[in-house]
Amino acid sequence: MVDLATSDESPPPRDRSGRALIYHVVLCLASIAMLYPLLWMLASSFKPDSDIFGNTSLWPHNFSLAAYWRGWSGLQVTFGKFFLNSLVVSLCSVVGNVMSCSLAAYAFARLKFRGQKFWFALMLGTLMLPYHVTLIPQYILFLNLDWVDTFLPLIVPKFLAVDAFFIFLLVQFFRSIPRELDEAAMIDGCGPWRIYWIVILPLSVPALATAAVFTFIWTWDDFFGPLIYLNDMNSYTVQLGLRSFVDSTGKSDWSALFAMSTLTLLPLFVFFLLFQRLLIDGIATTGLKG
Amino acid sequence: MADTLIDATTPRQARPDARAPELSWRESTTGYLFLAPWLIGFFGLTLGPALVSLYLSFTDYDLLSNPRWVGAANYVRIATSDPKFSAAMRVTFLYVALAVPLKLAFALLVAMMLNRGLRGLPLYRAIFYLPSLIGASVAVSVLWRQLFAGDGLLNQALKLVGIHGPSWISNPDTALYTLVALSVWQFGSPMIIFLAGLRQIPKDVYEAAEIDGASRNQQFWRITLPLLTPVVFFNVVVQTIDAFKAFTPAFIISGGTGGPIDSTLFYTLYLYQEAFAYFRMGYASALAWVLVVIIAAFTALSFLSSRYWVHYDG
Repeated sequence: MVDLATSDESPPPRDRSGRALIYHVVLCLASIAMLYPLLWMLASSFKPDSDIFGNTSLWPHNFSLAAYWRGWSGLQVTFGKFFLNSLVVSLCSVVGNVMSCSLAAYAFARLKFRGQKFWFALMLGTLMLPYHVTLIPQYILFLNLDWVDTFLPLIVPKFLAVDAFFIFLLVQFFRSIPRELDEAAMIDGCGPWRIYWIVILPLSVPALATAAVFTFIWTWDDFFGPLIYLNDMNSYTVQLGLRSFVDSTGKSDWSALFAMSTLTLLPLFVFFLLFQRLLIDGIATTGLKG
Repeated sequence: MADTLIDATTPRQARPDARAPELSWRESTTGYLFLAPWLIGFFGLTLGPALVSLYLSFTDYDLLSNPRWVGAANYVRIATSDPKFSAAMRVTFLYVALAVPLKLAFALLVAMMLNRGLRGLPLYRAIFYLPSLIGASVAVSVLWRQLFAGDGLLNQALKLVGIHGPSWISNPDTALYTLVALSVWQFGSPMIIFLAGLRQIPKDVYEAAEIDGASRNQQFWRITLPLLTPVVFFNVVVQTIDAFKAFTPAFIISGGTGGPIDSTLFYTLYLYQEAFAYFRMGYASALAWVLVVIIAAFTALSFLSSRYWVHYDG
């Protein structure tokens, strides 16, 4: 795995007592217990159904990819379409969130304008507001705009910086960039737009990447939004597709169900391996919920 | 984290040499242009809808005919004669009261073990974090459903030791506990926050305590826990609000019904059913505002009580 073995943090002094061994044993057992359900799912996806119940060993003796083929086209629409839909929604959301939130964050962190403090306080206030209070009027709005069964209700809010948390995250980061850089650029004749584009954004890649990765993961995982706005199976995201698959196959075809579950988690595993450090630092320093 | 949040609300002091005190229109215009997407979103998708939903909560509205003003009738019904609401409240509060403390206890316990300077810390941390990262997926809820099904993994394991387990999911006495277990399984992200907090406690405090002959137990209760209270506070608030809003696992595991016998009828699931299964938009809006009041009351209580148990700059 990538980057798991090295750590640039300074760890506390090593515990050389026998206690360390006990901790290792406990932690190893806990790790196995934590991962076992996931391994069971993965292993079962390669087994015929009879083997899932018949024996408890993880290793599939009759290794087969048949469940993946059955699952992939188990509904009227294939999972390929669901994956494509999820990818479109997630990538558009990433672009929208990063763009709109960085614009707002730049205004709050670097510009001065009348009413700035007032808007900043309001922005923080929206962090506390549960989305349930805006849910129904938003639904009515999008229904009247004829946007139901399109991706617009899922994407457009991202372009309007509705996820205020990311604004907050970026404001914090922008404030840590030395102002001398802005001033130097200003002396060279740069206006605020160019400073935003050539000074602030390039220096904020770690924060922008954190926002992008979390946006992708949360959008990929989102179930509630698609559940409300997408009724036509052709526009389903993977989460909705999987839910329909549960309803249609129910208890009859566990291995296909596990195969498709594994596939929908695959992009998250890839993100986990690639961006683990970024994700963990993001949580540790800002309190982002994982 | 809690203290950075406070820091962010007090913008840096403007430097005296930077600008004249009066802002030109040009500067203000630029600021508002940068802010434009957020402003449109704030008025069009947050403030506007919130006000409309407040209005709708005093009406009967089914999307087809115009909203009909009913005064406080929705709220009266919620407070006095809605058994489903009482069931949802009972389920949600039980869930919050069990899942949050258990999850945070695990998170703190594991964080303390990992903070002992063990080898392989990054690997352990990654393994414990993984469930948090994927936990919101439908796939994980599906997995959980199969794990606790009558012929699922848990009962297969129990069979090995001769116990014939019940069908945990379809038994109203146990269904909610499978959801609690799912939440506790995702203790990774509060664990990471605890770990960051533990790193901030200066080592010399412990050395001093050791010289004074304090046992490990005393060190935990007298040093670690008090110095960690700001982080505990943050985690409690965030996790509780999150738990109140939980939806996907209950929806998937109960097949959207909140069953068996309403035993997994989370508040948000009930709200969803009222709004999008029965199209009682007015009543669902009232439910949403009740949820806001509950969450706001909890948050206010936490902040008020924090001065008695949270130590800043101990």
